Amino acid sequence: MIDVINLEKSFGDNKVLNGINVTIDKGDIMVVIGPSGSGKSTFLRCLNCMEDPTGGQIIFNGVDIADPKVDINIHRRHMGMVFQHFNLYNNKTVIQNIMLAPVYVRCQDLKKAKRHNLLLPVTNLFRKEKQTKQEITTTKSEIIAEARAKAEELLKRIGLEDKADVYPSTLSGGQKQRVAIVRALAMNPDVILFDEPTSALDPEMVGEVLDLMKALADEGMTMIIVTHEMGFAREVANKVVFIDDGQILESGTPEEFFGNPKNPRLRDFLSKVL
Amino acid sequence: MGDISTKIQKFIEIFIDNNGYVKVVEGLKNTVIIAIAGLIIGILIGTLIATVRVIPKYKRLPRVLDAICSVYVGFFRGTPMVVQLLLFYYVLLPIVGGHMTGVQVAMLVFGLNSGAYISEIMRSGILSVDPGQMEGGRAMGLSFATTMRKIVIPQAVKNILPTLGNEFISLIKETSVVSFVGATDLYVAFNYIGSNSYEFMIPYLVMALIYIVMVLLISLGIKLMERSLRKSDRRH
Repeated sequence: MIDVINLEKSFGDNKVLNGINVTIDKGDIMVVIGPSGSGKSTFLRCLNCMEDPTGGQIIFNGVDIADPKVDINIHRRHMGMVFQHFNLYNNKTVIQNIMLAPVYVRCQDLKKAKRHNLLLPVTNLFRKEKQTKQEITTTKSEIIAEARAKAEELLKRIGLEDKADVYPSTLSGGQKQRVAIVRALAMNPDVILFDEPTSALDPEMVGEVLDLMKALADEGMTMIIVTHEMGFAREVANKVVFIDDGQILESGTPEEFFGNPKNPRLRDFLSKVL
Repeated sequence: MGDISTKIQKFIEIFIDNNGYVKVVEGLKNTVIIAIAGLIIGILIGTLIATVRVIPKYKRLPRVLDAICSVYVGFFRGTPMVVQLLLFYYVLLPIVGGHMTGVQVAMLVFGLNSGAYISEIMRSGILSVDPGQMEGGRAMGLSFATTMRKIVIPQAVKNILPTLGNEFISLIKETSVVSFVGATDLYVAFNYIGSNSYEFMIPYLVMALIYIVMVLLISLGIKLMERSLRKSDRRH
């Protein structure tokens, strides 16, 4: 689903990613580990072009999204992202946070179709091949109702249906992160990127977030996770990658990765964190 | 000081019997209209400029727009309001050949001028919002402009509301220069009363009082608005 080919990223003279090659298939759960400053977060942020790569290609569903000419917004809608610091919209309630992007994107498409139909008699005058009207099957209120129903269902799933109308500032860290995860889910993404989702949480809240991620993994969601939770990586991942100095030094299944690490730097790293 | 009462009597005489109050009401109306129109135009222009100035500058177009904006801000912050009014009314308008009343010119020039100041206020507001908010919106596939409009600017406005109130207050007070282009404002109205009664003490005192009352009312309004915007910060 995602093919990363020779990905490079530098900030000025500082080369952070140095030719990364990796393939993520549908249903994969890839965990990225590495010492701090190794470039693992930058790698993840390059995958949906939050940081523009300076070299290489990222083929996502057949399109090279590292190409600056590509409209990245369309592709990001199929790639959810969960941040270390949640990044919930502070000026929106919990349910608005979840509904905002799905409603906006679909209403935008609806407006476009309406405009297309309205201008069709005029634009067809100048076309050799006449176009037909686009079918409009929904209305704005239907879109909103659908999104609300979906958001409520998602909130119910994480047990926060009573928090739908409060602002994020009233939630605990674990609750915020779970809302952030279902916000990403509301777009029906093909893959979700997790950027150290538990690093900013109090220890007793880490469990609830990891449980939700495990449930997603069991449903077959494709996930790419940067984390320091080695136990989680060993249990849930089907592919573990070790990044240091902007390169993938070792990758493999969790069994061989943790059981029989070959790279000396990985061995050194694991001995410190395990 | 026995003549204070005669002064007040004279003032009342002109104010009521010689239709002085008509002028005062007109002046008050113009003052408020010019300040409000100036603020609205200023917020629109200021938000636009501030947004242009925070766009990442990888491409050429944002850089060109940025240069235009900095010339604009430089001009309107670098010259006094009176000069801008005079330039617009006596130089630009005859050249273009348009017809505008003094009040219309004042509304426009006040808007253009406060746009330059508000752009900097707004920019500081936008920079005060956590960059994570922008990332949160962009990661969901919303465009820069949409994220700005729906997420960042509402939070920025909340942060800059006290400063924006300051700008409105100074606009109200600065309207006292519009008499340069022949518009009636509070100063013109009370000056009329004063010169008709040969007595300026009471008219100017009342004028000051009206300004103070207006500013106090505005401060109260801002306080109420701030409170309702702080909803998302409250824990309950």
